[in-house]
Amino acid sequence: MRPATEAELAEALRDAAGPVAVRGGGTRSPAPGGLPVLSAAGIAGIRLYEPGALTLVVAAGTPLAEVEAALAAEGQRLAFEPPDLRGLLGTAGVSTIGGVAAANASGPRRVQAGACRDAMLGVRFVDGTGAVVANGGRVMKNVTGYDLVKLMAGSRGRLGVLTEIAFKVLPAPEAAADLTLRGLDDARAVAAMAAALGTPFEVTGAAHLPEAGTTHLRIEGFAAAVAYRAGRLAERLASFGPAEIETDAARVAARWAGIRDVAPLHGRAGDVWRLSLRATEAPGLVAQAGAFAALYDWGGGLVWLLVAPGTDLRARLGPFAGHATRLRATDPADGIAADPPEAPAVAALTAGLIARFDPRGILNRAAACAA
Amino acid sequence: MDMPAPDPAILARRARILARLRAALPAGTVIDDPVALAAYECDAFTAYRCPPLAVVLPRTTAEVSAALALCHAEGVPVVPRGSGTSLAGGALPTADCVVLGVARMTAVLETDLANRLVRVQAGRTNLAVSAAVEAAGFFYAPDPSSQLACAIAGNIAMNSGGAHCLKYGVTTNNLLGATVVLMDGTVVELGGPFMDAPGLDLLGVLCGSEGQLGVVTEAILRILPKPEGARPVLIGFASNEAAGACVADIIRAGVLPVAIEFMDRPCIVACEAFAKAGYPDCEALLIVEVEGAAAEIDAQLALIGQIARRHDPVALRESRSEEESRRIWLGRKSAFGAMGQLGDYICLDGTIPVSELPRVLRRIAELAERFGLRVANVFHAGDGNMHPLILFDANAPGELARAEALGAEILRVCVAAGGCLTGEHGVGVEKRDLMSEQYAPADLEAQMRVKDVFDPAWLLNPAKVFPLAASAARRAGARAAAA
Repeated sequence: MRPATEAELAEALRDAAGPVAVRGGGTRSPAPGGLPVLSAAGIAGIRLYEPGALTLVVAAGTPLAEVEAALAAEGQRLAFEPPDLRGLLGTAGVSTIGGVAAANASGPRRVQAGACRDAMLGVRFVDGTGAVVANGGRVMKNVTGYDLVKLMAGSRGRLGVLTEIAFKVLPAPEAAADLTLRGLDDARAVAAMAAALGTPFEVTGAAHLPEAGTTHLRIEGFAAAVAYRAGRLAERLASFGPAEIETDAARVAARWAGIRDVAPLHGRAGDVWRLSLRATEAPGLVAQAGAFAALYDWGGGLVWLLVAPGTDLRARLGPFAGHATRLRATDPADGIAADPPEAPAVAALTAGLIARFDPRGILNRAAACAA
Repeated sequence: MDMPAPDPAILARRARILARLRAALPAGTVIDDPVALAAYECDAFTAYRCPPLAVVLPRTTAEVSAALALCHAEGVPVVPRGSGTSLAGGALPTADCVVLGVARMTAVLETDLANRLVRVQAGRTNLAVSAAVEAAGFFYAPDPSSQLACAIAGNIAMNSGGAHCLKYGVTTNNLLGATVVLMDGTVVELGGPFMDAPGLDLLGVLCGSEGQLGVVTEAILRILPKPEGARPVLIGFASNEAAGACVADIIRAGVLPVAIEFMDRPCIVACEAFAKAGYPDCEALLIVEVEGAAAEIDAQLALIGQIARRHDPVALRESRSEEESRRIWLGRKSAFGAMGQLGDYICLDGTIPVSELPRVLRRIAELAERFGLRVANVFHAGDGNMHPLILFDANAPGELARAEALGAEILRVCVAAGGCLTGEHGVGVEKRDLMSEQYAPADLEAQMRVKDVFDPAWLLNPAKVFPLAASAARRAGARAAAA
């Protein structure tokens, strides 16, 4: 099924005889077996773009690349820097903006500019009964009624199928710089990143690549400001060693695209896990994980791990203030849940919401992630 | 504005309910003295008042849980209250409800500078959160005008904004986790000391739910390093149109000021008379503030000056000193007080796309004339969040009703322009019956389903947010089921 309009999609869901697999571009998970696929990719196109109001309204099936090109033509961008995880997950397909929203996919700039959900101003979606729902709007400040926009962000198509999303967009900066520190162990690297993120120099990325032995800090803005802040930041971090400052736009962009897309883990055997936690607790947990490889983003608040197939990382790490999620499994049927278990009271609320938005239980019951 | 009639069965059980609350909670937690209850009869939306059945002021999450579980068992509605600064009547009681205030829960539980977060009890005031981390060079970004008094619990309930959210976002963008007590007493932890979580974003839907889904007792908040410096520029224009166009051009140029504030002539005159800020005599005024090191501020202000000059400003004054910055902001920050000297007023909160500013301002002026009332405008222009102030005389028969009718018309204009009813104050009771202007029945139904899940008996702050007619069946059904 590939409806071309919201009305067709609503009809398809009303008429659906049983479960469907909702898909955007299919870049975040392999096609599920056996279920009819409901693609939202046909509902596409930019509905409204007002650069002077920093507002973009776009149909959910629009390819991400098309959105990014339209913004770039006006010197703007999606501040949350959506990652391209095809290389990491071994998937193909064309990422859609609706899939990005349904996965709340956010890149390194999360630490400064917020997540995808923070940039979402409004949504339209069709719930599991085929009812069309609008929530939020196209203005930056809006507290009119409940914020179902946040509820839909990252909901992976379990409550409904997104058809349209309004985003707050931001100016693309005139310049960017990357500061590289070398030879720090993980704990020192996290300390350096925390120090950097605690300065007023508006660090927009803080990542540590243990295998390369490099720690990266990004600064963006007007050229003069970037030069000033990069210099001051290097001074502040002097106790962590000398910082190499790269200001070539293409090289900075390429380096951070690699971090965003977790390039160091591409094409390597093993299971891929993602930890969301307090940065300062990350080095200890990574040491405990016994991973083949690790990458720290968000100042250490996000850690990507490559571990031996079938490792039950949650069991190995024990309880901690955060979450471990498996994104790529060598054997998805090995009995290890992708998502961490929820506390009973939270699970009850989640189940209650799903029961009301999708009473027949036809939407993405396996929580297949549609992007 | 109507509130549902109190349930006589609850009023009849008053003594028993109070006795049970007293037995379950420490001494001094339950208030039922009529004089003391009067302090809780309204919030900052003072046009409507009603003392509650009782007030409870717990000190811990466990006490909140005990109070809610008991009210749940008794079928008593609960109205949560932060500091009572809501401009929308979010904490307005009914005679059959228990007000649950978090004002005694003010502790800082944890300060974690390395991970840039604090964990506080939710009754702590907004400004006291910043104060707790200021010495270390950090601050909590959302800055509603009431920040000296308003509680974090209320900020979360209303998803409060402030003047600086163009750059830093509103409460939801700065909230990492919350300890929440559901109406039946269940305690849940949503989010946590990390930047994202799997599962549905329940924290995201809780924030801004106006105390209808749960009572927040603790919050984990993101804190940010303080900027090196900040400085405003004052720009006067001969027309609202020129000021509106200048706002769009500044944003378009890639500058992201921390604040762009807009005042029209009636507001400028009132503020100048009140605060002597040295504002120019003009039709429209922008205060644009930028942050950074001294040289960065100079460069940004120079660029903003260049852009402004394309719109023939009648005045353009960069602040040159702390004292001058203070005076420029004093005028703006005393706007509501200054307007209060002119008479009674209703403060609206509609938000519109920035591009619609000049047209909507013209339309407001036409409507004001038609209704025979004066309207002054002061607002956060960078994000389109307007605050039209409708001046009226509460002692003149019929003027309040006329002012409310004008307010409703103005909000309809905001919605028609692609905006919304409320940008930061919340719906409460004030705009409850206008919700149908913005949302179709299916949209409201989807929101009410969320309440069905969190509060199946519809006991928590029940007669707010949704038009009474839209929520009537649910409220009655839940009550019948409880009886």
